[in-house]
Amino acid sequence: MQDAVVSPEKTEEAKLKARYPHLGTKPGGSDLLRKRLQKGQKYFDSGDYNMAKAKMKNKQLPTAAAEKTEITGDHIPTPQDLPQRKQSLVASKLAV
Amino acid sequence: VAAGFLMSGGGGNDVQWCFSQVKGAIDDDVAEADIISTVEFNHSGELLATGDKGGRVVIFQQEIENKSQQQCRSEYNVYSTFQSHEPEFDYLKSLEIEEKINKIRWLPQKNAAQFLLSTNDKTIKLWKISERDKRPEGYNLKEEDGRYRDAATITTLQVPVFRPMDLMVEASPRRVFANGHTYHINSISVNSDNETYLSADDLRINMWHLEITDRSFNIVDIKPANMEELTEVITAAEFHPHQCNTFVYSSSKGTIRLCDMRASALCDKHSKLFEEPEDPSNRSFFSEIISSISDVKFSHNGRYMMTRDYLSVKIWDLNMENRPVETYQVHEYLRSKLCSLYENDCIFDKFECCWNGNDSVVMTGSYNNFFRMLDRSQRRDVTLEASRESCKPRQVLKPRRVCAGGKRKKDEISVDSLDFNKKILHTAWHPQENIIAVATTNNLYIFQEKVN
Repeated sequence: MQDAVVSPEKTEEAKLKARYPHLGTKPGGSDLLRKRLQKGQKYFDSGDYNMAKAKMKNKQLPTAAAEKTEITGDHIPTPQDLPQRKQSLVASKLAV
Repeated sequence: VAAGFLMSGGGGNDVQWCFSQVKGAIDDDVAEADIISTVEFNHSGELLATGDKGGRVVIFQQEIENKSQQQCRSEYNVYSTFQSHEPEFDYLKSLEIEEKINKIRWLPQKNAAQFLLSTNDKTIKLWKISERDKRPEGYNLKEEDGRYRDAATITTLQVPVFRPMDLMVEASPRRVFANGHTYHINSISVNSDNETYLSADDLRINMWHLEITDRSFNIVDIKPANMEELTEVITAAEFHPHQCNTFVYSSSKGTIRLCDMRASALCDKHSKLFEEPEDPSNRSFFSEIISSISDVKFSHNGRYMMTRDYLSVKIWDLNMENRPVETYQVHEYLRSKLCSLYENDCIFDKFECCWNGNDSVVMTGSYNNFFRMLDRSQRRDVTLEASRESCKPRQVLKPRRVCAGGKRKKDEISVDSLDFNKKILHTAWHPQENIIAVATTNNLYIFQEKVN
């Protein structure tokens, strides 16, 4: 049943648009989906990295931005920046 | 181990649920690896499997206390645990592959061993879980510890015999189904033919034969030629429980497509499209996001299917495409919180749902470690909580109430006090009995029907 009052959803939408005026005109569309499809993407070009290492020697190497989830080819993470993916050697606490 | 008793009708609100067991660490500091990512009973309900973000599988086995009583209590104890998946890095695509177990599905039991499929984002594995309770003893050429005997000392001949030993449960990977998916796998489903299964990622669905790992058939492909035109993704898929030619898949736009593999090799064209018409005047920025279906499950009798979107559970009759036959609000009070739920990403949480054994009650999770039981036959619903506060043996769970606004009554909790970090995304219902497994972030709760 539709009330004469503005739906709570529309009120929430107005709140969101007030906070983020540049929010995409295509709601829930391509941007969100593409972000979902790119989950797990990390950029590391070993060629670029080794070239830079060879050239720069003592200088600071280009490092990844603090925001490691940012998906961009501009930021070159170093192997030290990539989180260590180690094997899980610990047993599950559910099995205790 | 035989199930003890038949379920006493209903299962929803004439049933009182009580605490049975809780598994997992008590401390609040949760390691990421311990986050439970899937829960599944096997076909008899004797085994209960969990998968976690650390790629580990833990299997519990039901042990029935006091079989002589008509209504007996049972307990689930650790049966086997193993590392199913490891973290990987795809150097070619610069892609980090999580070891998190997205889904576990059991195969129906054919012999003494048990088989299950477990999957992470990219690779599905078939695991064999077998018991060993005897070993051969009395070899002629070897000592019991394996050392070879000096042949000169052997003067008699004996026949080695099998002697009982302490039960050992071994899990071994029998098949690895790799490189079938470019995108992230969200579902696997074993076919009723017991020979094939499907795996679905964001844009494609593949069908595999359980014996064959080096190839699979692509049966659905919704990838557009131009990725800029991408408007929806596949969110879940399942084979029909009896018709081996039929499967369904749900989308991020709130639609469900039923496909018949007899119609064509590539099932891009659906046989049925289930979609509830939306009032365009009600449309908001959030409409599509909250309509995204996070789970789809066929009923045991194969006549209905249930879908879960952000705020509701819908029951569809497979013979009626234009609207669901039943709609249940899970937590309607969240509709006026969508802005903050979008900001903290909770609006993207993927809740699962499940049926009870006779399809009369459905269950799904919510926030604040609440979960909902929706009784279809009696048209009633109840909200319960999985909490360490209600962990006394056989303690009956009290119904919880959320106050959406206005004056908060005693025993009610206000929407703003709900803990949105405490989500129950995964629940499972024993196929025959009123036993449920509810996963909080890192704990597994087992509740049973109250017996007098």
